Amino acid sequence: MSSEVSPTVLQATGSVARRQKLSRLSRWVLLIATLIGLVVLVVLAIENIREAIPRLNWDLFINYPSRKAAEAGLRSSLFGWIWVVIYTVALSVPIAVGTAVWLEEFAPRSRFITLLRLNISNLAGVPSIIYGILGLTLFVRIFGLGPSMLAGAFTLVLMILPMIVIASVEAIRQVPPSIRDGALALGATRWQAVWHHILPASMPGVMTGTILAIARAAGETAALIMIGAFTFIAFDSINPMDSFTTVPIQIYNWTIRPVNQGFQHNASAGIIVLVAAVIVFNIIALFVRERFRRS
Amino acid sequence: MAAFEANSSSQVEQVLKKKRFKKPGEVGIVAFLVACAAISIATTVAIVIVLFGEAFTFFQDISLVQFFDWTSEWQPDFEPRSYGIWELVAGTVNVTLWSLVIAVPLGLAAAVYLSEYAHPRTRKFLKPMLELLAGVPTVVYAYFALTFITQDILFPTLGKDTISIFNSLSASLMLAVMILPTIASVSEDAMSNVPRDLREGAYALGSTRLEVAFRVVFPAAIGGIMASILLAIARVIGETMIVAIAAGSTPNLTLSPLETIQTMTGYILQIGTGDAARGTIQYSSIFAVGALLFLMTLVVNVVAELIVRRVREAYE
Repeated sequence: MSSEVSPTVLQATGSVARRQKLSRLSRWVLLIATLIGLVVLVVLAIENIREAIPRLNWDLFINYPSRKAAEAGLRSSLFGWIWVVIYTVALSVPIAVGTAVWLEEFAPRSRFITLLRLNISNLAGVPSIIYGILGLTLFVRIFGLGPSMLAGAFTLVLMILPMIVIASVEAIRQVPPSIRDGALALGATRWQAVWHHILPASMPGVMTGTILAIARAAGETAALIMIGAFTFIAFDSINPMDSFTTVPIQIYNWTIRPVNQGFQHNASAGIIVLVAAVIVFNIIALFVRERFRRS
Repeated sequence: MAAFEANSSSQVEQVLKKKRFKKPGEVGIVAFLVACAAISIATTVAIVIVLFGEAFTFFQDISLVQFFDWTSEWQPDFEPRSYGIWELVAGTVNVTLWSLVIAVPLGLAAAVYLSEYAHPRTRKFLKPMLELLAGVPTVVYAYFALTFITQDILFPTLGKDTISIFNSLSASLMLAVMILPTIASVSEDAMSNVPRDLREGAYALGSTRLEVAFRVVFPAAIGGIMASILLAIARVIGETMIVAIAAGSTPNLTLSPLETIQTMTGYILQIGTGDAARGTIQYSSIFAVGALLFLMTLVVNVVAELIVRRVREAYE
């Protein structure tokens, strides 16, 4: 092995060499640009963990909110958060999958249906605070639910519905037509084909979309503030008609307190709880997607 | 949010669709499915009625002329009250502008890297990591912007005299991190869809990788790139927590990143956290602002969708 340049390799000179050098350099510049966002987030996350350390203990989870930063905890917001997310999942998944199944398997091919599809993808782009205004007017006032967990769940359902519908439609479309045709050819009704063959085959895709939508609902703050969940709660919200607050809202509450009162540590600790939940959701989604790909 | 059209079906399917249901119970099931789909329509109708209905009440007191008057300030809380929407729109434009200034170069660089430079294995690992940035709840970014960016970075570097504690720059920085994956991911898809022949033709003529990326692939994918930026704009316009917490709550007709501002979403949230009684002008003003916000995001999203659709037709 000699370190000399082999004589058969042509070495570029002049402007070509310059262009090649520029091209080689660009790889590193672009890589750095790609990583900047991630690096910023990692630095901020480390900073956040340092801030959170004084409050990362059991008190954080079992104490109610308080005027004293060192005693304030997430207890009531954890109750409200978990319940609202559970209600949201229970309501949104059947409705979203039902919509997707109808659109893909039963709906007639008409201009109206094209419009409906367009409408659903536009709903996915509506800002969450608009859903908050809708929830405030429709569920809190007109339906008379007040700032209850049910009103919060209904609001979040409307917000994440288009996301799950779009993911489910995509998943149903991935199912090979031969599966449907085979079932129908053997005399199955359309619904039997859907229930026994298409839905099971599309389940991984539906689940991935659903889990990511749940993560979105779990991190939602603005819409729930609009319906009145930005309140002081010192009891465990369990009944659907109970008023409530959630972990993201509690973080917001602690963030906007004046500095030097120690609430910063609480906000940082709350963020660790929130982000841990979101990461768990994302990992499950990734896991489901990977398993699906292999089979 | 990509558009999805009806898939083409065989003739057999068409015939079967017309066939009557074999079991009477299935009529009920299909009725349930129709009801599910109807909820999406009902949601749209409800949004329009709620927003524009209450906004109509607002515009009975405040004329549209005053609402869109350039010289009028947004001062709904104290006398003399005035309702000039441009200060809030300026706040929204302010953070949109600065977050795009930061995120577009970085996002497109990431897209070019992932599509043209990265090893498939690197891409498979990096892309989901980048997409994770979009999954972080925005209240987290909001806290980072106010606590770390403003107080730990901007204050020591720029000084407390140059920059306010609530400023558009810190919010824009975090908004940029939030929309980076949208720009990178959608643009990368567009670049990966550029036919290989174009690249190989350029390489055969002696182009370097950099030249192929920016003179061949980039122009060919420009539609998808535009769409990715529009989707990012729609997300910034609609984002609430970051701007409400970090950018302040003082309506301000400025595009300076150093000043305290208020965006349209920030104003809506401010009224939402307070207790504006129903029937007051403050209460109905959030519907007027919300209606405008809804229209703005709708236009941006529809344009993005039309571009995506045209691009898809071009290559399929």
